[in-house]
Order: sequence, then structure tokens, then C-alpha cells
Amino acid sequence: MSSLAILAFLLIAAVVAYFVGNYRSNAVSEGDSRILHSRPSYHGAYLAIWTVLPALLVLAVWSAAERPVLQYIAMQEMPQSVLDSSEAQKSLTMNVVDSIAEGLPKLSPQEYETVRKAGYGFVTTQDARDVLSKHHVILGSNPEPYLLRAADEYASKRELSRILLPIVCFGLAIGCFAWGYLRIRPKLRARNIVEHVMQAGLLAASTVAVLTTLGIVLSVLFETIHFFQLVPPADFFFGTVWDPRFSAAGAGPDSSGQFGLLPLLWGTTFISLVALLVAVPVGLFAAIYMSEYANTKVRTFSKPVLEILAGIPTIVYGFFALITFGPFLRDMGAAIGIDVSASSVLTAGIVMGVMIIPFVSSLSDDIINAVPQSLRQGSYGLGATQSETIKKVILPAALPGIVGAVLLAASRAIGETMIVVLAAGIAANLTLNPLEPVTTVTVKIVSQLTGDLEFNSPQTLVAFALGLTLFVITLGLNVYALYIVRKYREQYD
Amino acid sequence: MEAKLEEAQATRVQPPVEPEQMPGALPEDKRVLKMAAKDVNLWYGEKQALYDVSLDVFDNSVTALIGPSGCGKSTFLRCLDRMNDVIDGVKIKGDIRLDGKDIYASDVDPVQLRARVGMVFQKPNPFPKSIFENVAYGPRIHGLARSKTDLEEIVVQSLTRAGLFEEVKDRLDEPGTGLSGGQQQRLCIARAISVSPEVLLMDEPCSALDPIATARIETLMDELKSNLCIVIVTHSMQQAARVSERTAFFHLGNLVEVDDTTKMFTNPVDVRTQDYITGRFG
Repeated sequence: MSSLAILAFLLIAAVVAYFVGNYRSNAVSEGDSRILHSRPSYHGAYLAIWTVLPALLVLAVWSAAERPVLQYIAMQEMPQSVLDSSEAQKSLTMNVVDSIAEGLPKLSPQEYETVRKAGYGFVTTQDARDVLSKHHVILGSNPEPYLLRAADEYASKRELSRILLPIVCFGLAIGCFAWGYLRIRPKLRARNIVEHVMQAGLLAASTVAVLTTLGIVLSVLFETIHFFQLVPPADFFFGTVWDPRFSAAGAGPDSSGQFGLLPLLWGTTFISLVALLVAVPVGLFAAIYMSEYANTKVRTFSKPVLEILAGIPTIVYGFFALITFGPFLRDMGAAIGIDVSASSVLTAGIVMGVMIIPFVSSLSDDIINAVPQSLRQGSYGLGATQSETIKKVILPAALPGIVGAVLLAASRAIGETMIVVLAAGIAANLTLNPLEPVTTVTVKIVSQLTGDLEFNSPQTLVAFALGLTLFVITLGLNVYALYIVRKYREQYD
Repeated sequence: MEAKLEEAQATRVQPPVEPEQMPGALPEDKRVLKMAAKDVNLWYGEKQALYDVSLDVFDNSVTALIGPSGCGKSTFLRCLDRMNDVIDGVKIKGDIRLDGKDIYASDVDPVQLRARVGMVFQKPNPFPKSIFENVAYGPRIHGLARSKTDLEEIVVQSLTRAGLFEEVKDRLDEPGTGLSGGQQQRLCIARAISVSPEVLLMDEPCSALDPIATARIETLMDELKSNLCIVIVTHSMQQAARVSERTAFFHLGNLVEVDDTTKMFTNPVDVRTQDYITGRFG
């Protein structure tokens, strides 16, 4: 019986236990629910938890531990030479054992006997290999007898485990159900217990996000450290040439390439700046119009429409830049005699700016709306015009929040990849000319990791160093933005 | 006279404040008409909020508008500086004059009107700027100060008139939002009088303040009325009796009765006024 089937049965059991608990609590209170400490539904939940939780825990631990334990048992059959070999070697050996063990249950009794005999040297291992290959278990060479013995042990113990697991789980579920059932009485504090379990569940859920972040950061960090063992950090952070050179394996140290971060960082900064130059004025003006001037009708229509812009996948913006806007800019340039390449900082920056307009406008709109109405009235009451009120009272009051919104939009622009790939090219230029192609950190991460590459080369590992750099930059921006937004919130409440 | 008054008190109304403490109204012939509202009707969308309100407001005096919640007194106050214009769906009919000129005439810009008719709100609403900038805001937008020294003089003068200068003179650069509630309200008064308005409208200016801060604001109103016309909306009848020369009683959008405060609190004509003042409803 598979773990999935056990899980399904346990869930059904939980539902049954819930109703039984509910019913039982009514029975012990003899219909007078006032003498119950907890409402009947809590008794139901209490019994359901008792029924399912211990069994679920055992199921989870068992499923996680099954493979390592079986591997340990299989290892007992191995000679000392295998036990002494490297971790990688051991893992290869275990893979062979795994695949043989996978095939064993499919064999007929005679075939199985052949394999067993081969394990103890009564027939040649060639026979065993032939038998196995009939059942689509393809081995590279004749297996050593000890591998066959280990696989046999592995397969039989696994069989045992698969029989035992449901028995243990269901036994536990029934036992705990009975225990919980007997404990249901009017004074049982079922609500408190259920709420504690729920709290633990909530805690676990919130831990998942934190642990995932931590895991990602650590894995990137370790690969980055690995990279810096191959390339000096100074060359990476202060190098002005990006030329990783996908050199052939075994080439000399001269051909190891140059990993200068600066051209990429500059490309990222340059494109983001252009994007912000587009997005901040447009977004801010849109926000001012929507929150201060537009009547309710326009507002209910235009705000969702602006937010649809945020829902367009960035790759679609990329098409737009590549097919429509890039050539348009190039033709415009040609018309007035300026040489504009179809993929340039300007193309990518403007299209990216359009993409982040909704971030700026929507957040700014919320922030401007959060400025208390009493300030507007105070200003109007002094004889200020609407424009004076907006410029001198509302915008200064909303400024910290607007800065926060812009920073959030900036970190979005910095992390953007698809638009840049399509619109700005992949050439790592260190240039001040917005009409030339450049590339960004994210684009280079993609190009370093795609393709058939040796994993331990600096060419690949540099992607992790780039990723970590980007992570630190956007994290810094986000933290700063949140800090500013929070400081602003404290002002009115 | 004395005996008559006592008799009136015993039989009719218990005034919240002894009559001697009430500010004496100017004699009829010395009153100068400042604002005159005639047959003002106001609708919020379909709902009518004011019915034929006619009220005269005199210069250099305090007029109190009292009445139960939702009776239209704040709405009427906001008609006097056209603050209702900002609200969607408000329709106003009638005639309101400031110094004899119709403030709803097509050639009157509400922005200019509001510079002449200042307003102080229920909740102190200082701008999130420094104390100095809060007061300097009005003079700046109206170009009242030619130089920096001019501006400083206006700010200091306004703060002094609002009775706040001594408390804040060492921290004019600190944010106005950092002051206490009573100080914030006095800052808002300083801000309102910095543009030298002729009329000051106060919409329950003390309802968010403690008794000591309230007393300070009331003293301040007493001082300010020497060169201002003040209209105050208040929920507190004691306050109306203490600070105003004339009192108007609103009920369900109607102006029920208006008269000299002393008379209103001792000898009201309308039975609704009498019931409200004696606390039988409201």
C-alpha cells in the first residue's frame, strides 16, 4: 500500500473521527451543551487530531527514513573496498543496487532463483544480467555477486517495510482514536488543545517561507564562495571586462576568461535609470490625477486598467520592444540622422519603464489617498487652490511613501530579465551612450547557466556570484524602501 | 429685575452658566452686520439638510451655533466659506452675503473667499511641517510677506495672538504634529489668523481637547473677537454660554431660534430650544 493511499485513508478517518467526536460530546453531556467546556465541534476536531496526527507523523518519518535505512542494510553486504571508496563512488554503487532491486520483484520465481544463485557464485553473474535485462533492467557490466546480494536484501526489506507501514499507521490511528474517544467528557479542554495544535500548524507554515529563503541564500552563498576560490574577488568586483570565454576543458589558465562585474552592473543601473525616468513622472502624475482630480467614475475605470499593465507577462513586453518599439526607435533615429541600434539601452529602458508605471502609480495613489482629508480641508480653508494644496501639502506629506514606492519599482526593474534579453541585447558594454546595446546581470546569469557546461568551472559558478550580488542590491533597496514606508506610516495613525 | 430673573430660572430654565458670567452683547445700535444668510437651503444629493436658514452674524462678536447631532449646524457653518463646494453632489440655494456682497455670485472665487473667511476644524490638523512652516503657509500662498523678515513677523505675531508663541519660540523648526492636542489646535488657530481673515469659523474646536486646553481656547476667542467676527459650532451649551454674545439653535435642518445668548439661556421662546437647553433631548 503506497503512502498516498495511506494518506487518503487517514483523511477519511479524520472526517469520521470529527463526526464521532462531535456525537460523543453530545452524548456525554446528555444534550446539555452548557456543561461542556468546549463546543462539540472542538471535541470533533480534538478526536480527528488524535486519530490522524500521530499516524501522519509516523508516516512522514517512515517515508523519509526508509531509503537511508534500507541503504544502510544493503551496505552491510558490501566488501570493505566499497565501504572505503569515496562518497561519489558509493552513490554510484547504490544506484546500481537500486536499479537491480527495482527489477527483482518483476522476475518469475525461476529467474529470481537464478539471480540469487548468482549472488552466491553458483551461476555466473552474466546469467543474472541476462535475466534482468529481459525485464528492462540494463546494467553496464556483469554485476559483482555482492551487488546482487545487496539488492536482494534491499528488495526484501523494502517489501517488509511496505507491509509494515500501513499496519503501524492504521494501528496507531485506531489506538489513538480509542484513547481520544475515552477522554471525551464535559470537562475536557478540547478547545485549548485544538487551538494549540492549530497554532503549531500556523507557526510551521510561517517557518517554511523563512527557511526557504535561508536555504536559497545559503546555497547561493556556498557556490559563490566556491567561485571566489577560483577567481579573486577583486577581479570580479572591479574588473571592467566581461569575457567569460567558454573554453574547452583542459585549456591553460590563460583562457580562463575575465569576469568583470562592472559592465553588467552598469548595464543594469543604466537601464533601470532610464526605466525610472519614464515610470516615475508618468506614474506619479497618473497617481495625482487619479487621487485628486478624477471623479469616482473615471477612477473606478482607470485604476484597474492601469493595474492590468502590471499583469502583462514581461516576455510580452519583450516582444513589443523587439518587434515594434526597437525598430520604431531605429527608424526614428535614421530619419533624423542618428545611428540607433535596434536593441539599445533606450529601447529596453523605455519599455521597462512602461512596465513599472503601474507599480509607481498604484502605490503612490494609495499613499496620496492615505494623506488625511483634514489636511486638504485645512489647506482649502486657508484659501489655497487645489494645485497649491497638492504641491505644498499633499505631496510633501506623501513624499516618503512615494520614495518607497519608487524604490520598490527600482528593485523590480533591476531584477527584470526578459525585456532586456530581447530589447537590449547580450553584449556587455561599458558605455554612456544610451543608443548602444548593453546587458544586465540577470541576462548574463541566464546565459552562463544555459547550455552544456561543466558545473565546477568558473564560467558557471560566476552565475551564483552574480545572483548573490543582485540579491544583496535588491534586498538593500527593499529594506530601505520598507524602512521609509514604515517611517511614513507612523506619522498618521 | 434680579427677582424676576430668579423667578424665571426657577420656573423655566436652569442656565448652565450664571448670567453675570456671560459676555454682554453689544447694544443693538452698535452692532455691525458682517455676514447675512437668507433662506439657505442645502441638499446632499437627494437629502435636504438645511431648510430656509436665515441668520445674521455681527462683527466683533462670537455667534454660537448649537443643536443636537445632525441638525445641520456644521453644514451651515461650511456654507459660510463655501467648503461644501468640495463635496460631490451638494446643492445650495439661497443668499449668503459677506459685507453685503453675495459670496455665491459667479464672480466670486471660493479660493479668495476662504482667505477672508478662515476656518478651524474639529480635529487639530497641522500640516506635517515645522511649526514655523505651518503658520507661514497661508501668508506664502497669498503673497502677504514681501521679505523673509516680513514673514517671520507675521508668523511670530500670529503665534502670539494664538497664545502659543511663548511655548514654542525655541522650537519653531520642530514638526507641528509633535505638539500636544491643545497646542496643535492653537497652532491651527494661528495658521488661520495668519492671513488676517475677517471672519473665523470654528467647527467644534474644543471637542477633542481637555478642559484646560478648552479654557485656553475660550480665552483666546475672547481676545480675538476684538478684530474678528467669530462663528463657532459647539456641542457644549456651557461653552456657548461662556463665549458667545449670540446663540442660534438648530434642529433637524431648521434654525429654530436665534437671540442674544443671555436671553436664549434664560428665556427662550421656542419650546424645543427650552427642552434642548434644559437637557430634555439632544
